[in-house]
Amino acid sequence: MSVRRLSPNQPASFEFTPETLEKAKAWMANFPAGKQQSAVVPVLWLVQKQEGWVSEPAIRAVAELLGMPVIRVLEVVTFYTMFMLEPVGTHALVQVCGTTPCQVRGAEALMAVCKKKIGPQNHRSADGKFYWQEVECLGACSNAPMAAINDYYYEDLTPEGLEKLLDDFAAGKNPPPGSEIGRQNSAPAGGPTTLTDPKLYDGSLGKKIKIPNLPAKPTKEKA
Amino acid sequence: MPIAKVDGVEVEFEAGMNVLQVCELAGKEIPRFCYHERLSIAGNCRMCLVEVKPGPPKPQASCALPAAEGQEIFTDTPMVKKARHGVMEFLLINHPLDCPICDQGGECDLQDQAMGYGRDDSRYALNKRAVEEKHMGPLIKTVMTRCIQCTRCVRFITEVAGVPDIGLISRGEDVEITTYLDKAVASELSANVIDLCPVGALTSKPYAFNARPWELKKTESVDVMDALGSAIRVDARGPAVLRVLPRINEAVNEEWISDKTRYAVDGLGRQRLDRPYVRENGKLKPATWAEALDVVAARIKATSPDRIGVIAGDLQDAESMKAALDLFGGLGVKSLDCRQDGMVLGDGQRESWLFNSSIQGIEDADFVLLVGSNPRLEAPVLNARLRKRWLAGALQVGVIGPQADLTYSYTHLGDGASALAGLAKSKSDFVTGLKAAKKPAIIVGAGALTRADSAAVLAAAAGVAKTFGMTWNVLHTAASRVGGLDLGFVPGEGGKTAGELVAKGGADLLVLLGADEIDLKQTDAFVVYLGTHGDAGAHRADVILPGAAYTEKNGLYVNTEGRVQMGFRAVFPKGEAREDWAILRALSERVGAKLPYDSLDELRGKLFAEHPSFGRIGYVAETPAAVDFAALGRKGDLSDTPLWSAVANFYLTNPIARASVTMAECAQTASGAAKIAAE
Repeated sequence: MSVRRLSPNQPASFEFTPETLEKAKAWMANFPAGKQQSAVVPVLWLVQKQEGWVSEPAIRAVAELLGMPVIRVLEVVTFYTMFMLEPVGTHALVQVCGTTPCQVRGAEALMAVCKKKIGPQNHRSADGKFYWQEVECLGACSNAPMAAINDYYYEDLTPEGLEKLLDDFAAGKNPPPGSEIGRQNSAPAGGPTTLTDPKLYDGSLGKKIKIPNLPAKPTKEKA
Repeated sequence: MPIAKVDGVEVEFEAGMNVLQVCELAGKEIPRFCYHERLSIAGNCRMCLVEVKPGPPKPQASCALPAAEGQEIFTDTPMVKKARHGVMEFLLINHPLDCPICDQGGECDLQDQAMGYGRDDSRYALNKRAVEEKHMGPLIKTVMTRCIQCTRCVRFITEVAGVPDIGLISRGEDVEITTYLDKAVASELSANVIDLCPVGALTSKPYAFNARPWELKKTESVDVMDALGSAIRVDARGPAVLRVLPRINEAVNEEWISDKTRYAVDGLGRQRLDRPYVRENGKLKPATWAEALDVVAARIKATSPDRIGVIAGDLQDAESMKAALDLFGGLGVKSLDCRQDGMVLGDGQRESWLFNSSIQGIEDADFVLLVGSNPRLEAPVLNARLRKRWLAGALQVGVIGPQADLTYSYTHLGDGASALAGLAKSKSDFVTGLKAAKKPAIIVGAGALTRADSAAVLAAAAGVAKTFGMTWNVLHTAASRVGGLDLGFVPGEGGKTAGELVAKGGADLLVLLGADEIDLKQTDAFVVYLGTHGDAGAHRADVILPGAAYTEKNGLYVNTEGRVQMGFRAVFPKGEAREDWAILRALSERVGAKLPYDSLDELRGKLFAEHPSFGRIGYVAETPAAVDFAALGRKGDLSDTPLWSAVANFYLTNPIARASVTMAECAQTASGAAKIAAE
């Protein structure tokens, strides 16, 4: 991680869309009166959803909405690395995990693809469609290597697979998230290796047992 | 009270104290960077580690650990020492080794504590981090590479000053202290962060590279920039006052001072009157003391006493006012006035012009009504106290007058004094609360007392105070005012007020004791100006007698709560200038009405004998006498003109501040207006 700074290129203004504002109000209503600044992270997240990134006018707008000093919002925005401080790609924000499990499973090859197809990290691509960066562990280690593209995880990636994904995004498609090799969640690659006996699942192994310590059946007490 | 053991010694402590405070009670010094008595606890420097039993077998941050009955605290075990050495080594990893070029050198907490806990070498072979410089305004110089992220500045500005401008952005190794997009800190107390900073990250910009602390002669004195009389230490080298720092005085300023108190001192070296002048053919010509005094004495002798007027300015010490009173009063002059702003208070009971709650006592008030006052500009340190009380959730504030950002919330009851009239009958929530209040107080600002309808405003305010049982407080803005009023430096029978004196034909001879805030355009009198700076008074003067500024004389000042405090001389008066009382003494001899004292001690002896209140130095009445509200002011029509604060521009209220380049820069930053020429 490096020093996080606001982008030198800022829009002149920021407006909440009615939908964003409605959701923000809903978040603010979760907190008691006078504690609305507790909603700063969700509201900033909504701003990022709306704009793709958090601009300086947006920081001021959030501070005004929540009635808090603008420096406090800046502190939050610069603290959390998931708030993007400069405009990201119009089609995809690619966050490649570079932490150890992904690295040993080939994350560096994925980053080479990004570098080739998009350009240097933490910059928009020349056509403005993409933006990529290396991030710390995203918690999908069993499906390494992986990348988070926009809101979803794309796992078990190969360089070729990632290239195809990027082409799809560039073409305006929305490729389905999940494992590239088609495994279910984080089940073992190539299918299950244990608990494979079908008898486990047809009930044939079931046996009636007597539970030793059941309470005795209640007998009706006579008055 | 609970008892804990510190290094085997039993210590009794008050419940609620933390371990660090208990260790201090036991006489053990705990090193710390982030902990500060008057700020919230952050616990992020980890320097105050101690070992505590019962508890986990690891060192604990003593500032953030509540002390408990039966605790055993160890402050010098091998574990504690090793832990502190470790913390110090981490702190020094990214701290530059630039002490020789750092202004904090010699008064640096990190430097001092590294002597106790530092290693003799560094085991860190990688690059140190470097941090971009930040801009925090004309007072605070930043070298952020030196910052150890204690966040004292953030906590001070947010909690005490109430202007949340400074923050800690980013995280981990990259954290930085900054203001939002490098804006200047917009607080009148901003420079206190320089004292709070334990390292050289925030240092004084005007004082940058001027001196080392051990070169300075330190004089403990009293501030005159506002009427609080904050305790200060004047640091001087040779003839120049280089800086002013706060001293701790719990009763007045705790340990804060305003930016004006701290930084107006460069005005002491500029625009100074360092020799007498006499106006000849419309031009001021340098003169000797003998010539100048002879001219004045001849004028005094030639003028009938009822055509002589004396006006004392806002920075005068009590002794010089006493000498003027003795000299001119003895000649039969009735027109003496220490209220160049035309304040309506001055006759009658002493309590009527005092801040009777006392500055410390205002922290007990639960309802405060501000009338024509903006305490943030008139007395920033007092405002910090009000904010402290408000933060504790125990203070409701009502404002009649200017709607300014006071750093706490308030109910605005009206712009004009007419709002006072309706208050007693009002059924608003505020008034209902006020009726139920246990310790309500009214603070009447100088702005409300210097208007055309001030007598009526005063009567109305007194009426409100009486109705609701409020403690009567007057917040003055002039350091000399209460002293002057205590002396009776007001017009006698048939005497003229300051305003009448400066009117056309108001007087034939006008003697100004440092009076610069009064409009002298109309007067056609012969003007004698005794003062320090080439300001408004000297500009109009026919004879200038150079006096001593507050850092150049021993003098008594009475603050707004009636506390008599002693200021001490840090440097000698400039050039041929003399102490004010001595000038008047010399003049009295030439007039032929020799004053009966040859030394300041004799003068003070007479002062104390005739005005016993001056003899009680540092004293303020715990239970002041009840104010006779009926005697205050005169019933009359209240106009609807909005009340205003007596301080329009905080940074430029007196001749010293107006001569200061730093204050001019601050005023410019604050207003964004065109550059004000300080020269």
